[in-house]
Amino acid sequence: MTRVSEALNLSSLIGASAAPGRTISTRASILRLDDFSATTRLSDDPRTLAGRSVILLTDDALAAAGALIELDGLARRIVLCPPDFDVSHLGSIVRDAEAQAIVHSGAAPTLAMPAVDLVHCGLPARRIACPVTRANTTQWVLMTSGTTGVPKMVVHTLATLTSAIKPAALQNWATFYDIRRYGGLQIFLRAVAGRGSLTLPGAEETIEDFLIRCGEAGVTHISGTPSHWRRVLMSQAARRMEPQYVRLSGEIADGAVLSALAALYPRAKIAHAYASTEAGVGFSVDDGLPGFPASYVEQVETGVAMRVVDGVLRLSSRGAALSYLGGNAAALSDEDGFVDTGDLVELRDGRYHFVGRSNGVINIGGAKVHPEEVEAVVNMQPGVRLCLVKARKNPITGALVAADIVLDAGVAASDGLRATIIDACRQKLAPHKVPALVRFVPMLAMTSGGKLARHG
Amino acid sequence: MSNRLTIIAEIGQVATEQKKTLAPLADDMRLLDSGLDSLCFAILVARLEDRTGIDPFTAATDGRFPTTLGELIAFYDDARV
Repeated sequence: MTRVSEALNLSSLIGASAAPGRTISTRASILRLDDFSATTRLSDDPRTLAGRSVILLTDDALAAAGALIELDGLARRIVLCPPDFDVSHLGSIVRDAEAQAIVHSGAAPTLAMPAVDLVHCGLPARRIACPVTRANTTQWVLMTSGTTGVPKMVVHTLATLTSAIKPAALQNWATFYDIRRYGGLQIFLRAVAGRGSLTLPGAEETIEDFLIRCGEAGVTHISGTPSHWRRVLMSQAARRMEPQYVRLSGEIADGAVLSALAALYPRAKIAHAYASTEAGVGFSVDDGLPGFPASYVEQVETGVAMRVVDGVLRLSSRGAALSYLGGNAAALSDEDGFVDTGDLVELRDGRYHFVGRSNGVINIGGAKVHPEEVEAVVNMQPGVRLCLVKARKNPITGALVAADIVLDAGVAASDGLRATIIDACRQKLAPHKVPALVRFVPMLAMTSGGKLARHG
Repeated sequence: MSNRLTIIAEIGQVATEQKKTLAPLADDMRLLDSGLDSLCFAILVARLEDRTGIDPFTAATDGRFPTTLGELIAFYDDARV
């Protein structure tokens, strides 16, 4: 059987599946996975984008899905903007990606760069006179959040992105993720490379409505973060679908969520997977226990090699990204080709358990928070001398943002001051970044180098 | 203070802080219809752990999560034993 990762491009994968009636659907609309060779959903002739570097900036996952299928093999490079992309970074992204066109849905971006063409995507399909030739190996560029706020660009190809995908029997996929980020893109590619359909959540859809729609669509395989799944476990619509395979990733899966899912879906295989935008898909654990067996490390049978260096997991596989993109981009892997995942692991009873991020980044239900950006806001408030922002473990969202604050001499701690500080954070930060728990402390530990002690 | 009163007080507090409109609190109110989102529930569970010393979500081993307010209160009552 041909490996999925050897496929030429996405539209040829769809053509090869020869299964009729496949769709990608949200609550509002449907994208039919049929012939992409003689139709387009772009405002211009697709051939005008041949060999070019293109930024894909969409307000809708289905528009992005259609454009990805059309552009793969045609464009030289696709830069996929995530749904929460801050358009104030568009100028630097255009420069670093040497972009010549922006393919967008929704309002046209305003950009003072006349050399960049604007093309609409997500339009109703229309026939084109000449078939499109797709002979390029397109670079797929994904974004991850950087410490300074400017996203880092991570270079993949269809081959690296699909290296973990094996040919499979009919699978109808669904995911709680957005397909414009690595985790959701994996599910989009599994669906497109397979023979079934894909069900995606709508922008304002409740979890109950989504679960009911998954049931109606005959979803067999579904993925989300442990936080998504805890919400499913608290929903009375959870039994409206009957998946055969339930996948958790993007956060640490604990024993409680794994055993609760096994009880909820007794016929399903429950697996938690490890992947990152830079390192690619690492491994999947399906023995129902949190963490992963220590024997996985240094085992190469799956094509993925792992090492633990200074308590941090490093991975090497064919699914790893090729490089970062941009003028001052750092090296993506060490001299042996291993990617530092930044995920701290601890060996307990023959299994490695994930315990957090080496750079202190807090993962709130899959959304990342850099402690420094929260500290910067808190430290600006009158009366605050110093603060330390850290993760507090939480069984619902994995973690919450907690702040320990040292006040200026003579300033008294009070509930009013706490509320003032939290309100100020709320003005400047996304809701999940606002400290949920604020403590006033007499002092904070410092390292010998005079920095805040962040660990231990 | 009983778990019921503590939980209802904290739900009100979290909803006020997060500027959420609460549904009328009754035992058969479905948690996902309460007006609280995941972040609110996360904060609620952390505050309840600080006040009661227990976190039944992490301790849950029988594979059942509460879906209504009544079940949530029972979840904490059972965990206390």
